[in-house]
Amino acid sequence: MPARVVSLDEALSHVHDGDTILCGGFGLVGAPMSLLDALAERSTARDLTVVSNNIGEPGRGLGALLRQGRIRHGISSYFTSNPEAVAAVNSGTITATLLPQGTFAEAIRAGGAGLGGFYTPVGAGTALAAGKEQRELDGRLQVLERPIRGDVALVYADRADELGNLSYRKTARNFNPLMATAATITIAEVGALVPVGSLDAEAIHTPHLYVDLIVVRDG
Amino acid sequence: MADARLVIARRAAAELRAGEIVNLGIGIPTLIPDHLGTDTEVFLHSENGILGVGPRPVDGEIDADLIDAAKRPVTALASASYFDSAQSFAMIRGGHVDVAVLGALQVSHAGDIANWAVPGRDVLGVGGAMDLVVGARRVIVTMTALSSSGEPKVVARCSYPLTAAAAVDVVITEQAVFRRREGRLVLTELLDGASVDDVRRSTGGELAVALELL
Repeated sequence: MPARVVSLDEALSHVHDGDTILCGGFGLVGAPMSLLDALAERSTARDLTVVSNNIGEPGRGLGALLRQGRIRHGISSYFTSNPEAVAAVNSGTITATLLPQGTFAEAIRAGGAGLGGFYTPVGAGTALAAGKEQRELDGRLQVLERPIRGDVALVYADRADELGNLSYRKTARNFNPLMATAATITIAEVGALVPVGSLDAEAIHTPHLYVDLIVVRDG
Repeated sequence: MADARLVIARRAAAELRAGEIVNLGIGIPTLIPDHLGTDTEVFLHSENGILGVGPRPVDGEIDADLIDAAKRPVTALASASYFDSAQSFAMIRGGHVDVAVLGALQVSHAGDIANWAVPGRDVLGVGGAMDLVVGARRVIVTMTALSSSGEPKVVARCSYPLTAAAAVDVVITEQAVFRRREGRLVLTELLDGASVDDVRRSTGGELAVALELL
Protein backbone atom coordinates (compact mmCIF):
# COMPACT_ATOMS: atom_id res chain seq x y z
CA MET A 1 0.00 0.00 0.00
CA PRO A 2 1.41 3.41 -0.89
CA ALA A 3 1.71 5.81 2.01
CA ARG A 4 -1.00 8.43 2.38
CA VAL A 5 -0.42 12.11 3.02
CA VAL A 6 -2.61 13.06 5.96
CA SER A 7 -3.25 15.87 8.42
CA LEU A 8 -1.65 15.90 11.86
CA ASP A 9 -5.02 15.10 13.41
CA GLU A 10 -5.61 12.11 11.20
CA ALA A 11 -2.10 10.85 11.88
CA LEU A 12 -2.62 11.17 15.63
CA SER A 13 -5.91 9.27 15.48
CA HIS A 14 -3.74 6.15 15.11
CA VAL A 15 -2.17 6.62 18.55
CA HIS A 16 -4.21 4.89 21.27
CA ASP A 17 -4.10 4.46 25.02
CA GLY A 18 -1.51 1.89 26.05
CA ASP A 19 0.40 2.00 22.75
CA THR A 20 4.13 1.56 22.39
CA ILE A 21 5.47 4.55 20.48
CA LEU A 22 8.84 4.35 18.71
CA CYS A 23 10.27 7.82 18.25
CA GLY A 24 13.31 8.88 16.19
CA GLY A 25 15.82 11.54 17.10
CA PHE A 26 19.09 11.98 18.97
CA GLY A 27 18.13 14.51 21.57
CA LEU A 28 15.80 16.70 19.53
CA VAL A 29 17.85 16.47 16.33
CA GLY A 30 15.88 14.39 13.88
CA ALA A 31 12.90 14.15 16.24
CA PRO A 32 9.44 14.53 14.65
CA MET A 33 8.68 17.75 16.51
CA SER A 34 5.38 18.64 14.80
CA LEU A 35 3.97 15.20 15.53
CA LEU A 36 5.19 15.31 19.13
CA ASP A 37 3.84 18.83 19.70
CA ALA A 38 0.48 17.79 18.29
CA LEU A 39 0.48 14.59 20.31
CA ALA A 40 0.91 16.68 23.45
CA GLU A 41 -1.61 19.36 22.50
CA ARG A 42 -4.30 17.56 20.52
CA SER A 43 -4.33 13.89 21.51
CA THR A 44 -5.40 12.32 24.79
CA ALA A 45 -3.63 8.97 24.34
CA ARG A 46 -2.13 7.92 27.65
CA ASP A 47 -0.40 5.02 29.41
CA LEU A 48 2.13 5.15 26.61
CA THR A 49 5.38 3.22 26.41
CA VAL A 50 7.94 5.35 24.59
CA VAL A 51 10.99 3.93 22.88
CA SER A 52 13.43 6.70 22.13
CA ASN A 53 17.12 7.32 22.74
CA ASN A 54 16.17 10.22 25.03
CA ILE A 55 12.88 11.23 26.64
CA GLY A 56 13.05 14.63 24.95
CA GLU A 57 14.09 17.67 26.91
CA PRO A 58 12.19 19.35 29.75
CA GLY A 59 8.77 20.23 28.32
CA ARG A 60 9.91 19.63 24.73
CA GLY A 61 9.34 16.71 22.41
CA LEU A 62 8.55 13.61 24.46
CA GLY A 63 9.29 15.78 27.50
CA ALA A 64 5.92 17.50 26.98
CA LEU A 65 4.08 14.17 27.16
CA LEU A 66 6.07 13.28 30.25
CA ARG A 67 4.92 16.49 31.98
CA GLN A 68 1.34 15.58 31.19
CA GLY A 69 1.75 12.22 32.92
CA ARG A 70 0.93 10.27 29.77
CA ILE A 71 4.07 8.14 29.68
CA ARG A 72 3.96 4.91 31.67
CA HIS A 73 7.26 3.33 30.63
CA GLY A 74 10.39 4.50 28.85
CA ILE A 75 12.95 2.42 26.95
CA SER A 76 16.03 4.50 26.30
CA SER A 77 19.81 4.67 26.51
CA TYR A 78 20.00 8.12 28.03
CA PHE A 79 17.19 9.35 30.28
CA THR A 80 19.72 11.73 31.81
CA SER A 81 19.35 14.38 29.11
CA ASN A 82 15.90 15.19 30.56
CA PRO A 83 16.21 15.66 34.34
CA GLU A 84 12.42 15.51 34.60
CA ALA A 85 12.50 11.98 33.16
CA VAL A 86 15.10 10.97 35.74
CA ALA A 87 12.95 12.47 38.49
CA ALA A 88 9.86 10.66 37.17
CA VAL A 89 11.68 7.32 37.27
CA ASN A 90 13.07 7.97 40.74
CA SER A 91 9.65 8.92 42.09
CA GLY A 92 8.04 5.87 40.49
CA THR A 93 5.81 7.92 38.18
CA ILE A 94 7.23 6.04 35.20
CA THR A 95 9.20 2.82 34.87
CA ALA A 96 12.37 2.62 32.84
CA THR A 97 14.36 0.15 30.78
CA LEU A 98 17.92 1.33 30.22
CA LEU A 99 19.90 -0.20 27.36
CA PRO A 100 23.37 0.52 25.97
CA GLN A 101 22.86 2.73 22.95
CA GLY A 102 24.13 0.19 20.42
CA THR A 103 21.99 -2.53 21.96
CA PHE A 104 18.99 -0.21 21.87
CA ALA A 105 19.57 0.51 18.16
CA GLU A 106 20.17 -3.13 17.28
CA ALA A 107 17.11 -4.30 19.21
CA ILE A 108 14.92 -2.02 17.12
CA ARG A 109 16.68 -3.15 13.96
CA ALA A 110 16.08 -6.75 15.01
CA GLY A 111 12.43 -5.95 15.68
CA GLY A 112 12.01 -4.61 12.19
CA ALA A 113 14.02 -7.42 10.65
CA GLY A 114 11.98 -10.30 12.05
CA LEU A 115 14.68 -11.63 14.38
CA GLY A 116 14.11 -13.27 17.74
CA GLY A 117 17.05 -11.50 19.36
CA PHE A 118 20.83 -11.40 19.34
CA TYR A 119 23.83 -11.97 21.59
CA THR A 120 26.16 -9.07 22.29
CA PRO A 121 29.23 -8.74 24.51
CA VAL A 122 28.16 -5.20 25.38
CA GLY A 123 26.87 -4.99 28.93
CA ALA A 124 27.68 -8.63 29.71
CA GLY A 125 28.66 -9.01 33.35
CA THR A 126 27.34 -5.54 34.25
CA ALA A 127 24.25 -4.35 36.09
CA LEU A 128 22.49 -3.89 32.75
CA ALA A 129 22.62 -7.64 32.10
CA ALA A 130 20.72 -8.43 35.32
CA GLY A 131 17.91 -10.87 34.64
CA LYS A 132 19.03 -11.58 31.09
CA GLU A 133 20.44 -14.83 29.72
CA GLN A 134 24.22 -14.69 29.46
CA ARG A 135 26.46 -17.30 27.90
CA GLU A 136 30.00 -17.61 26.70
CA LEU A 137 30.27 -17.58 22.92
CA ASP A 138 33.58 -17.52 21.05
CA GLY A 139 35.38 -17.11 24.36
CA ARG A 140 33.46 -14.00 25.40
CA LEU A 141 30.59 -13.58 27.81
CA GLN A 142 27.59 -12.33 25.84
CA VAL A 143 24.09 -11.27 26.77
CA LEU A 144 20.90 -12.18 24.94
CA GLU A 145 18.97 -9.09 23.90
CA ARG A 146 15.42 -9.31 22.63
CA PRO A 147 13.95 -7.32 19.75
CA ILE A 148 11.84 -4.19 20.23
CA ARG A 149 8.70 -3.46 18.24
CA GLY A 150 6.02 -0.85 18.59
CA ASP A 151 2.45 -0.02 17.65
CA VAL A 152 3.31 3.32 16.09
CA ALA A 153 6.61 4.76 14.87
CA LEU A 154 7.03 8.53 14.66
CA VAL A 155 9.99 9.51 12.49
CA TYR A 156 11.34 12.62 10.85
CA ALA A 157 12.81 12.76 7.35
CA ASP A 158 14.10 15.75 5.43
CA ARG A 159 12.26 14.73 2.28
CA ALA A 160 9.68 12.20 1.17
CA ASP A 161 8.08 11.45 -2.15
CA GLU A 162 4.36 10.87 -2.43
CA LEU A 163 4.76 7.09 -2.12
CA GLY A 164 6.61 7.39 1.18
CA ASN A 165 10.22 6.94 0.14
CA LEU A 166 12.28 8.83 2.75
CA SER A 167 15.59 10.64 2.61
CA TYR A 168 17.21 11.90 5.79
CA ARG A 169 19.71 14.73 6.22
CA LYS A 170 23.09 14.50 7.97
CA THR A 171 22.97 13.45 11.63
CA ALA A 172 19.19 13.92 11.73
CA ARG A 173 19.08 10.35 10.36
CA ASN A 174 20.15 8.60 13.61
CA PHE A 175 17.43 6.22 14.86
CA ASN A 176 14.76 7.22 12.34
CA PRO A 177 15.40 4.54 9.69
CA LEU A 178 15.35 1.86 12.41
CA MET A 179 12.16 3.08 14.06
CA ALA A 180 10.47 3.22 10.65
CA THR A 181 10.91 -0.56 10.23
CA ALA A 182 9.70 -1.76 13.60
CA ALA A 183 6.12 -0.60 14.18
CA THR A 184 2.68 -1.65 12.98
CA ILE A 185 2.05 1.88 11.68
CA THR A 186 4.87 4.21 10.65
CA ILE A 187 4.12 7.91 10.48
CA ALA A 188 6.75 10.08 8.81
CA GLU A 189 6.89 13.80 9.42
CA VAL A 190 8.77 15.31 6.51
CA GLY A 191 10.38 18.64 5.78
CA ALA A 192 9.31 18.56 2.15
CA LEU A 193 7.09 16.38 -0.01
CA VAL A 194 8.29 15.89 -3.59
CA PRO A 195 6.91 14.06 -6.62
CA VAL A 196 7.75 10.39 -7.18
CA GLY A 197 10.93 10.18 -9.23
CA SER A 198 12.50 13.37 -7.95
CA LEU A 199 14.44 11.70 -5.12
CA ASP A 200 17.67 10.07 -6.25
CA ALA A 201 16.89 6.34 -5.93
CA GLU A 202 20.43 5.85 -4.56
CA ALA A 203 19.69 8.32 -1.77
CA ILE A 204 16.46 6.78 -0.49
CA HIS A 205 17.31 5.59 3.01
CA THR A 206 13.87 4.23 3.90
CA PRO A 207 12.02 2.59 1.00
CA HIS A 208 8.31 3.35 0.95
CA LEU A 209 7.15 -0.13 2.00
CA TYR A 210 7.97 0.84 5.60
CA VAL A 211 5.91 4.03 5.61
CA ASP A 212 2.14 4.25 6.11
CA LEU A 213 1.34 7.92 6.68
CA ILE A 214 3.10 11.17 5.80
CA VAL A 215 2.63 14.50 7.52
CA VAL A 216 4.33 17.62 6.23
CA ARG A 217 6.13 19.51 8.99
CA ASP A 218 4.44 22.66 10.30
CA GLY A 219 5.93 25.97 9.25
CA MET B 1 52.34 22.84 36.96
CA ALA B 2 50.46 23.07 33.70
CA ASP B 3 46.67 22.83 33.45
CA ALA B 4 45.90 19.15 34.14
CA ARG B 5 43.37 18.86 31.35
CA LEU B 6 45.79 20.24 28.78
CA VAL B 7 48.61 17.96 29.94
CA ILE B 8 46.29 14.98 29.56
CA ALA B 9 44.90 16.05 26.19
CA ARG B 10 48.36 16.75 24.75
CA ARG B 11 49.69 13.36 25.86
CA ALA B 12 46.58 11.56 24.61
CA ALA B 13 46.96 13.22 21.21
CA ALA B 14 50.41 11.61 20.95
CA GLU B 15 48.77 8.17 21.26
CA LEU B 16 46.90 8.62 17.99
CA ARG B 17 48.37 7.69 14.63
CA ALA B 18 47.66 9.10 11.20
CA GLY B 19 44.68 7.55 9.49
CA GLU B 20 43.10 6.05 12.56
CA ILE B 21 39.35 6.04 13.19
CA VAL B 22 38.85 7.70 16.56
CA ASN B 23 35.80 8.21 18.78
CA LEU B 24 36.18 10.97 21.35
CA GLY B 25 34.06 11.09 24.48
CA ILE B 26 32.91 14.22 26.28
CA GLY B 27 35.21 16.35 28.46
CA ILE B 28 38.99 16.13 28.12
CA PRO B 29 38.89 14.04 24.90
CA THR B 30 37.26 16.94 23.07
CA LEU B 31 40.47 18.95 23.61
CA ILE B 32 42.60 16.38 21.75
CA PRO B 33 42.09 17.62 18.16
CA ASP B 34 43.77 20.92 19.10
CA HIS B 35 46.92 19.00 20.01
CA LEU B 36 47.23 16.75 16.96
CA GLY B 37 50.21 17.47 14.73
CA THR B 38 49.49 18.60 11.18
CA ASP B 39 50.86 15.27 9.94
CA THR B 40 48.48 13.28 12.16
CA GLU B 41 45.16 13.37 10.37
CA VAL B 42 42.68 11.10 12.08
CA PHE B 43 39.05 10.48 11.21
CA LEU B 44 36.63 11.27 14.00
CA HIS B 45 33.65 8.97 14.39
CA SER B 46 30.69 10.17 16.40
CA GLU B 47 28.18 7.54 17.44
CA ASN B 48 25.14 9.60 16.49
CA GLY B 49 25.98 8.81 12.88
CA ILE B 50 28.94 10.57 11.27
CA LEU B 51 32.45 9.59 10.25
CA GLY B 52 34.58 12.63 9.46
CA VAL B 53 33.64 15.19 12.09
CA GLY B 54 35.28 18.53 11.30
CA PRO B 55 36.07 21.54 13.46
CA ARG B 56 33.46 23.43 15.45
CA PRO B 57 31.47 25.76 13.18
CA VAL B 58 31.95 29.50 13.24
CA ASP B 59 28.84 31.64 13.68
CA GLY B 60 26.63 31.49 10.64
CA GLU B 61 27.98 28.06 9.71
CA ILE B 62 25.81 26.18 12.22
CA ASP B 63 23.63 23.45 10.72
CA ALA B 64 20.85 22.24 13.03
CA ASP B 65 21.05 18.76 11.48
CA LEU B 66 24.78 18.36 12.15
CA ILE B 67 25.81 17.59 15.71
CA ASP B 68 28.18 15.29 17.54
CA ALA B 69 27.30 12.81 20.28
CA ALA B 70 27.59 15.57 22.89
CA LYS B 71 24.84 17.37 20.91
CA ARG B 72 27.18 20.22 20.00
CA PRO B 73 27.12 21.70 16.50
CA VAL B 74 30.01 20.48 14.36
CA THR B 75 31.11 20.63 10.74
CA ALA B 76 31.80 17.72 8.42
CA LEU B 77 34.98 17.03 6.47
CA ALA B 78 34.81 16.71 2.69
CA SER B 79 35.30 12.96 3.23
CA ALA B 80 32.44 12.66 5.74
CA SER B 81 29.71 10.07 5.60
CA TYR B 82 26.44 9.74 7.51
CA PHE B 83 24.74 6.56 8.70
CA ASP B 84 22.02 5.36 11.02
CA SER B 85 22.56 4.43 14.66
CA ALA B 86 22.52 0.66 14.11
CA GLN B 87 25.30 0.95 11.53
CA SER B 88 27.19 3.36 13.77
CA PHE B 89 27.24 0.84 16.60
CA ALA B 90 27.98 -2.03 14.22
CA MET B 91 31.14 -0.07 13.39
CA ILE B 92 31.93 0.18 17.09
CA ARG B 93 31.09 -3.37 18.20
CA GLY B 94 32.52 -4.84 15.02
CA GLY B 95 35.99 -3.53 15.78
CA HIS B 96 36.08 -0.99 12.95
CA VAL B 97 36.77 1.95 15.24
CA ASP B 98 40.48 1.96 16.08
CA VAL B 99 40.47 4.04 19.23
CA ALA B 100 37.97 5.26 21.81
CA VAL B 101 39.19 8.02 24.11
CA LEU B 102 36.90 8.63 27.04
CA GLY B 103 36.74 9.68 30.65
CA ALA B 104 36.18 7.42 33.65
CA LEU B 105 35.18 7.56 37.29
CA GLN B 106 37.43 4.60 38.16
CA VAL B 107 39.79 2.23 36.37
CA SER B 108 41.05 -0.86 38.18
CA HIS B 109 44.49 -2.44 37.92
CA ALA B 110 42.88 -5.17 35.82
CA GLY B 111 41.66 -2.59 33.29
CA ASP B 112 38.06 -2.71 34.46
CA ILE B 113 36.32 0.60 33.87
CA ALA B 114 33.45 2.33 35.65
CA ASN B 115 32.24 5.44 33.89
CA TRP B 116 28.46 5.44 33.69
CA ALA B 117 26.97 5.30 37.15
CA VAL B 118 27.63 6.35 40.72
CA PRO B 119 26.00 4.18 43.40
CA GLY B 120 23.14 5.93 45.12
CA ARG B 121 22.80 8.45 42.33
CA ASP B 122 20.84 8.34 39.11
CA VAL B 123 21.83 5.37 36.97
CA LEU B 124 19.69 6.23 34.00
CA GLY B 125 22.12 7.24 31.30
CA VAL B 126 24.59 4.86 29.73
CA GLY B 127 24.56 6.12 26.15
CA GLY B 128 27.28 4.53 24.04
CA ALA B 129 29.83 4.05 26.82
CA MET B 130 29.50 0.27 27.11
CA ASP B 131 29.52 -0.27 23.36
CA LEU B 132 32.66 1.85 22.94
CA VAL B 133 34.77 0.26 25.66
CA VAL B 134 33.84 -3.24 24.53
CA GLY B 135 34.11 -2.64 20.80
CA ALA B 136 36.89 -0.16 20.10
CA ARG B 137 40.21 -1.82 19.29
CA ARG B 138 42.10 0.44 21.74
CA VAL B 139 40.52 2.11 24.73
CA ILE B 140 42.32 5.13 26.13
CA VAL B 141 41.03 6.66 29.35
CA THR B 142 41.79 10.31 30.01
CA MET B 143 41.07 11.42 33.55
CA THR B 144 42.52 13.42 36.41
CA ALA B 145 44.38 11.28 38.93
CA LEU B 146 42.03 12.17 41.76
CA SER B 147 38.28 12.65 41.95
CA SER B 148 36.85 16.02 42.97
CA SER B 149 36.72 14.66 46.53
CA GLY B 150 40.40 13.68 46.41
CA GLU B 151 39.99 9.93 45.95
CA PRO B 152 42.30 8.01 43.57
CA LYS B 153 40.60 7.04 40.33
CA VAL B 154 43.06 4.28 39.48
CA VAL B 155 42.01 1.70 42.06
CA ALA B 156 42.64 -1.89 43.09
CA ARG B 157 39.00 -2.76 42.34
CA CYS B 158 36.20 -0.56 41.02
CA SER B 159 33.59 0.19 43.67
CA TYR B 160 31.29 1.86 41.14
CA PRO B 161 29.13 -0.15 38.72
CA LEU B 162 31.26 -1.54 35.89
CA THR B 163 31.01 -0.37 32.32
CA ALA B 164 33.12 -3.33 31.20
CA ALA B 165 35.76 -5.65 32.63
CA ALA B 166 39.37 -5.75 31.38
CA ALA B 167 38.64 -3.21 28.66
CA VAL B 168 41.11 -0.35 29.18
CA ASP B 169 44.44 -0.37 27.34
CA VAL B 170 45.90 2.99 28.36
CA VAL B 171 45.19 5.44 31.18
CA ILE B 172 46.48 9.00 30.97
CA THR B 173 46.34 11.33 33.97
CA GLU B 174 48.07 14.67 34.52
CA GLN B 175 50.83 12.74 36.31
CA ALA B 176 51.32 9.56 34.39
CA VAL B 177 50.65 7.08 31.63
CA PHE B 178 49.60 3.54 32.57
CA ARG B 179 49.46 0.69 30.09
CA ARG B 180 47.81 -2.68 30.51
CA ARG B 181 50.52 -5.30 30.19
CA GLU B 182 49.73 -8.98 30.73
CA GLY B 183 46.38 -8.07 32.18
CA ARG B 184 47.59 -5.47 34.65
CA LEU B 185 48.00 -1.70 34.56
CA VAL B 186 51.64 -0.67 34.75
CA LEU B 187 53.00 2.86 35.23
CA THR B 188 55.08 3.42 32.10
CA GLU B 189 55.64 7.16 31.90
CA LEU B 190 55.73 10.21 34.16
CA LEU B 191 54.26 13.51 33.01
CA ASP B 192 54.74 17.15 33.92
CA GLY B 193 57.46 16.62 36.53
CA ALA B 194 55.61 14.00 38.60
CA SER B 195 57.64 11.37 40.49
CA VAL B 196 56.85 7.69 40.99
CA ASP B 197 56.04 8.53 44.60
CA ASP B 198 53.63 11.26 43.50
CA VAL B 199 51.84 8.71 41.34
CA ARG B 200 51.88 6.11 44.10
CA ARG B 201 50.21 8.57 46.48
CA SER B 202 47.39 9.21 44.04
CA THR B 203 46.83 5.58 43.06
CA GLY B 204 44.73 3.04 44.93
CA GLY B 205 46.16 -0.41 45.69
CA GLU B 206 49.68 -1.47 44.89
CA LEU B 207 51.21 0.38 41.96
CA ALA B 208 53.06 -1.64 39.34
CA VAL B 209 55.96 0.34 37.87
CA ALA B 210 57.66 -0.43 34.57
CA LEU B 211 61.29 -1.47 34.87
CA GLU B 212 62.44 1.48 32.81
CA LEU B 213 61.17 3.88 35.46
CA LEU B 214 62.93 2.21 38.41
